[in-house]
Amino acid sequence: MRAAQFFRRLLRSKQAAVGLFVILVILVLALFSPLIATHEVEDMDFMHIFALPGEGGHLFGTDDYGRDLFSRLVYGSRVSLMVGIVAVGIGSLLGTIIGVIAGFFGGLVDSIIMRIMDALLSFPYVLLAIAMMAVLGPGLFNAMLAIGIVMIPSFSRVVRSAVMTYRNEEFVTAARLMGGSGLWVIMFHILPNIIPTIIIYASLNFAGAIISEATLSFLGLGIQPPTPSWGSMLSEAKNYLQTAPNMAIFPGIAILVSCLGFNLLGDGLRDVLDPRLRS
Amino acid sequence: MRKFIVRRLLQIVPTLFFVLLTVFFLMKLIPGDPAAVLLGPGARAQDIERFRAELGLDQPVFTQFALYLKRVFTGNFGKSLIYKQDVISLILERLPTTLLLSVSALFIASIIGIPAGILAATKHDSFVDFSITILSLVGISVPIFWFGMILIIVFALQLGWLPAVGIGSISNGLWDVIKHIILPSTALGIQSMGIITRFTRSSMLEVLRQDYVRTAMAKGLKNRLVLYNHALRNALVPIVTVIGLQLGTLLAGAVLTETVFALPGLGKLMIDAILRRDFLLVQGEVLVIAFIYILVNFIVDTLYAFLNPKIRVAYGGSQ
Repeated sequence: MRAAQFFRRLLRSKQAAVGLFVILVILVLALFSPLIATHEVEDMDFMHIFALPGEGGHLFGTDDYGRDLFSRLVYGSRVSLMVGIVAVGIGSLLGTIIGVIAGFFGGLVDSIIMRIMDALLSFPYVLLAIAMMAVLGPGLFNAMLAIGIVMIPSFSRVVRSAVMTYRNEEFVTAARLMGGSGLWVIMFHILPNIIPTIIIYASLNFAGAIISEATLSFLGLGIQPPTPSWGSMLSEAKNYLQTAPNMAIFPGIAILVSCLGFNLLGDGLRDVLDPRLRS
Repeated sequence: MRKFIVRRLLQIVPTLFFVLLTVFFLMKLIPGDPAAVLLGPGARAQDIERFRAELGLDQPVFTQFALYLKRVFTGNFGKSLIYKQDVISLILERLPTTLLLSVSALFIASIIGIPAGILAATKHDSFVDFSITILSLVGISVPIFWFGMILIIVFALQLGWLPAVGIGSISNGLWDVIKHIILPSTALGIQSMGIITRFTRSSMLEVLRQDYVRTAMAKGLKNRLVLYNHALRNALVPIVTVIGLQLGTLLAGAVLTETVFALPGLGKLMIDAILRRDFLLVQGEVLVIAFIYILVNFIVDTLYAFLNPKIRVAYGGSQ
């Protein structure tokens, strides 16, 4: 499928178009943060602490230090995008490789791999992420690494069960009988069939990565202050739910909308990439 | 089927072993003198010395691992620094709350998610399908802790219908407990609900396109019969896997929900333990949650095989 054709099909789906638009907006916010932000993120306006939206020239109001919420949200998009890209890259690549190997070869290989994955899946992701932070030290890079690694087991499990449903199909047997090697059959006969599964799962995981970063930061274990991230903003907001609900509402909506964007795009991609759905 | 279950039970042994090994090495990664760190900053020198001998820190690593296994299997997880109590009794005290929360969340998620997914698939490309798809995406995209805050603001603070915090007491009747668990389990279950709806819908769509469904329709069987006997039974296979995976996520998500709703469960205990560096308590909690999750995984796999004869046969089980 040529690129132009692919995009025309993708944009024909309203969901995908909306998703793509949301992601473009976030991308613009992240790339041009210094131009879009109205204030410096760490500037404290002591005359306007807990300002309501619109007060004192603050579009979304200010937080408990009088910092501009809009500007902090704009810069926060950088953290969310970075975490999503790096974490999903790690998780989907390694998870697919492991899942394909386990599902295709079966037997002892499958048993050993899946027991290790089960063991990793037996840890709540928050805890595994924390344990890694304890060893590596806190920070953006370690958060991305931890979130990516935590994705691997569930990714490989889903890919494995997809591979297993094709492993006993006739076209796979046929390809093997024609002399196709294991790698050939995996690359050209099995992988194309499970790509929709990988994509729908990667799209869920991109949104999941954004939420995971927010979660770690919310618990005080991810991005450290004063760097603005949507999760750390919510963490500060939880003490002022009655006084300043705008502190909680805006970062939450930012997370919700960006995750929705990636999920919508994932759905659209699925419709385009799954040939059986197209008919 | 019995063969499959026995085989799967035997597979649990290496999984357990890996979990124990991972936790053992995680504890070794803590910087500093382990005995001193585990006993906390207030410990006396002779206590540290005795504890070091008990852990076998002067012994080779294999002996240390053996001693650790012995402690775990006798239920001796040590004493908590914060609470000055046996770790195991602390955990057993808090476990029911977390289990109740996670299972209620999974229940709410499944009971709404599966029918919603089936409805969307049978009304493919209609307004109903579109609405359900968008709503399930919103569910997946909501941060649990934020949704919890919003639920508290709306249903507890503004409308005053349900309590904002606490778990209630069974001595005040069952309704008291249900009343307290509705908001937290809804907050916790919202993402799983979206995921289950999505997977049910795509799994059903996949199956409804199959030839045998068309054949069944062509034979003149009633729609409802084809839907439940032919389509749903096959579509359920991946759905069960996804639901099973959700329970682990929910146990982890309980950490957040318990923090927002001030519930006395494992999650809150864990965060306190981590922030105050109570490593023995953390270790005990990790092991207990891992054990529960392995058990759930086993049940999910057995159901998976039970629902899909293809896999049952491929893995040498009898019909």
